[in-house]
Amino acid sequence: MKNAVLHRSRLQAAGRRTLALPAALAAATSLALALAGCGANSNPLEDTSSQPAAGGTAQAPLVVGSSGSTESQTIAEIYAGALRSAGFEVETKPGIGSREVYVKAVEEGSVDIIPDYSGNLLLHLDGNATAASAPDVLAALPAALPEGLKVLEAAPAESKDAMVVTKATAEKYQLSSIEDMAKVCGELTIGANPEFREREYGLPGLEAKYNCVPKDFEPINDYGGPATLKALLTDQIQVADIYTTTPSIEDNDLVVLEDPKNLFIAQQVLPLVKADAVSQDAAAVLDKVSAELRTEDLVDLNRQVSGDEKRSPADAAADWLEAEGFGA
Amino acid sequence: MNLLEQVAAWFADPAHWAGPEGVPARLGEHLYYSALTLGLAAAVAVPLGLYVGHTGRGRVAAIAAAGALRALPTLGLLTLFVILLGIGLMPPVYALVILTIPPLLAGTYAGIAAVDRQLVDAARGLGMTEWQILTKVELPNALPVLLGGIRAAVLQVIATVAVVAYINLGGLGRFLIDGLAVRDPVRLVAGAILIAVLALAVDGLLALVQRFALPPGLKTSRSGRDREAIEAGPLAPAG
Repeated sequence: MKNAVLHRSRLQAAGRRTLALPAALAAATSLALALAGCGANSNPLEDTSSQPAAGGTAQAPLVVGSSGSTESQTIAEIYAGALRSAGFEVETKPGIGSREVYVKAVEEGSVDIIPDYSGNLLLHLDGNATAASAPDVLAALPAALPEGLKVLEAAPAESKDAMVVTKATAEKYQLSSIEDMAKVCGELTIGANPEFREREYGLPGLEAKYNCVPKDFEPINDYGGPATLKALLTDQIQVADIYTTTPSIEDNDLVVLEDPKNLFIAQQVLPLVKADAVSQDAAAVLDKVSAELRTEDLVDLNRQVSGDEKRSPADAAADWLEAEGFGA
Repeated sequence: MNLLEQVAAWFADPAHWAGPEGVPARLGEHLYYSALTLGLAAAVAVPLGLYVGHTGRGRVAAIAAAGALRALPTLGLLTLFVILLGIGLMPPVYALVILTIPPLLAGTYAGIAAVDRQLVDAARGLGMTEWQILTKVELPNALPVLLGGIRAAVLQVIATVAVVAYINLGGLGRFLIDGLAVRDPVRLVAGAILIAVLALAVDGLLALVQRFALPPGLKTSRSGRDREAIEAGPLAPAG
């Protein structure tokens, strides 16, 4: 690491003194060599040192961005923390904004890595995509990505909409999947964000895929938050659209209904990266993180960050990394 | 087609004018929520404002409370009531009532307080009871300011009632909130136009009411003919 810092200051000094291209290139290459060599977790064969992809543009620290949500911010801190302990120099850029904005930011190179969700990313890139199951979405993603962008290994963790009922409702109607729910659909009121009424994954999809037309629909504009929860727990609505990573599901013993026909497109957490900025070593670190990141972990992290504790995403991420063996 | 043409086409589409999600139904809901809110807020704020204005008691507390209420964030209050009481008609209405009390209270109080104290003392000297002073001297003299306060409150309510669509209620806000939710700028703009037009129309109506509700003696009209009419008024029966 010391080595990399040394090279870094030399590079900056070189950049300040002169704009001569050969000098800058030489410095960049030496930095890339240093970066590739200094990580504790890096490939012992150091094969990246000979790869041109790792050179040239890798002189800056890796920038890990995140969207506006705290979940995205926490995952970004996990990525950043894992990369740091593997010896990479990392900067974080939280709260970039919506997908429109941050995909462009990665394309332009102001952000190198950002956590995203497989389904929403696919739909953003290709509005006509029909893939819905987890493997189909991952298979469709590479072709849909613009030049220069790629996604790394997806985590088993999924953060997606789900039809959620109380335990009492589940027992009363014998519900474990949306198929069961469809049989008694006419007796149930669904509460969700207003777009659920019109979006393909909402009421239209429920009818088309499960032949389920609910008794009523209550638009509650808080993304399955406290108002939705209150309405669900007081039986004003019987079914709510709540994200799978919301702690309130576990805290209130709610039942998430299975979705065998993929009404809700798979939303696995994965890093969206700028291909030529992220070396194989860095990608390997992120792949290892993804392999360990499960939905329960996200629930737990969300509870720490958004619950009463109000921990910072960085602190929560650091604990997770430590527990999963990514500590420095 | 640019946005304005699309919005015009939206208004021209008969499908948007029929059924429980059409403009007339949403307009009815909007007016209903507004009237309910205003009625409840007035039931609290007007008597309180009259009392404080007439007696001068609790003036500081009333002003401070009204100011504090004004500072409450609408959406936060709305969400709080829904979290506490659940979804339905009344929780959002309660939130709006709390937000409507300050302008009504301030308008009422300011109207009464602005009445010339000599007038009140004269009335008292004539042997009028406190109730007579309030109803026959203070209230009529306070009307211009009071009605102004009510007008401001009505305008605020009609504009603000749109937020109830944020949580499960209807009204013209549905077009705004749904348009935003599904990224349909046409519907969003159409909703905004509808609310603005409604607010202007109701305000215009109230301006007329304000004009005709004022006792003749309080009218400060600029045109000579009006003044003649007012002066001729009391003489007419004699003639």
